[in-house]
Amino acid sequence: MFKRSHYFALGTCTFLLLVLLNLPAPASARLKLAVGGFFLPLFGLASSAHSFVDEASYQLLPRQTLIREVRRLEAENNQLRLQSAQGSDAIAENDRIRNQLGLLPRGTWKPRPARIVGRDPSTWWRTLLIDHGTRDGARLNQPVITAEGLVGRIAVVGHSHSQVALIGDSACGVAVLVVETRDQGIVKGPQSTVESGIVELSTFQHSPQILAGHTVVTSGDGGIFPKGLPVGRIIDTRSASAGLFTTARIRLGANLNRLEEVWVLEQ
Amino acid sequence: MTWLSPILLLVVTWLAIFLQTGLMPLRELLGAPPNLVPALVVYAAFTHGLGLVTVLTLTAGLWIDALSGSRLGTGVAPLFGLGFLLNTRQHLLLREQRYAQFWLGFAGGLGVPLAHAGILQLGADEPALGWFTVRQLLSLGLLNGLACPAIFLLFDRLRAVFEYQPSGPGPYMSNREMKRGRH
Repeated sequence: MFKRSHYFALGTCTFLLLVLLNLPAPASARLKLAVGGFFLPLFGLASSAHSFVDEASYQLLPRQTLIREVRRLEAENNQLRLQSAQGSDAIAENDRIRNQLGLLPRGTWKPRPARIVGRDPSTWWRTLLIDHGTRDGARLNQPVITAEGLVGRIAVVGHSHSQVALIGDSACGVAVLVVETRDQGIVKGPQSTVESGIVELSTFQHSPQILAGHTVVTSGDGGIFPKGLPVGRIIDTRSASAGLFTTARIRLGANLNRLEEVWVLEQ
Repeated sequence: MTWLSPILLLVVTWLAIFLQTGLMPLRELLGAPPNLVPALVVYAAFTHGLGLVTVLTLTAGLWIDALSGSRLGTGVAPLFGLGFLLNTRQHLLLREQRYAQFWLGFAGGLGVPLAHAGILQLGADEPALGWFTVRQLLSLGLLNGLACPAIFLLFDRLRAVFEYQPSGPGPYMSNREMKRGRH
């Protein structure tokens, strides 16, 4: 039979669990951040080690390689400046037309760099930890992207770190649009595949015109993600719910397994 | 120095959870984060009291929940269940043999995530479950099964180095010892 100490341990644990599971969401989030704070020294150490290795590798690179890289970046920079100038013209024209039509101007987004410091230690979620918190201007629900496409949104914000719910997680639903057909749909977890580079899109109606290779971008609905962020490309489609809807698999533009740095969009 | 082993166990658990957030090659191989906490709980349940098992499972569960998308507290119950069960039934279980340690680690590595998924399903959460979960659970079971004997070996050696060992039988035979008092 159980001893008194067994009952005491069982009772203590049950009591603590009941308290924790019945905490209001804001209190639970604050407590979560406080408990996660135990790992900040290790995350800091890992970031410093990463920077040190980067610096050391730069020191070891031959001068010729560095000069070649600088020239390549200069050429790319010039090309991007040209594209940016053309884009600025188009934005100004768009703003003028929106103004004439009496539409609200589109908000501008400032990308802030952040480094991935950790991934979800649990099997059931797709989340990341980044070294970008309220001290850097992070807010709840800010979109997180890479140059290749959408990554997710900030789900929990701490002082120096934030948790990002990746696209495909049940905490990150994204309203999307197929560019070629203008069909709209939603990408929401949990996904039926373990592969993090593939997510499923459910359209709002039967859309047989969606084909493999079509481009998927954010539609801007929902108010979290701005319109036009690249998401990925369609791999294949199938009818769902007796032909009422279409389900399509999307290969994400951003490789979620290989992420090291991301951009957090601030408005 | 009996305090050293519990502290070491907590520190190793802390480091194991930190490593669980990285190690991408191992994560890709297993199809799941390399969670070694069940194997550590198995070791703690057999070698320490229920007090340490409770502290270890509470802290480890909260640490994992804090860094993951899970609701705070959901990860504690499966770990505590494993530790409590093994600690209260340790007189019925083999623990010295390596194969016994492997199967205990395997059962822990498979059972803890499975119970966690069950708890999450009971709530409003939607964990990612599918056929791939079977592979993930088997991988985690195998990882913990292999890690468990290594943890027993490592911690037992460390305890042997840092803790006072029970003294062996003295040079005098007990039947030659002079007994005092009434017999």
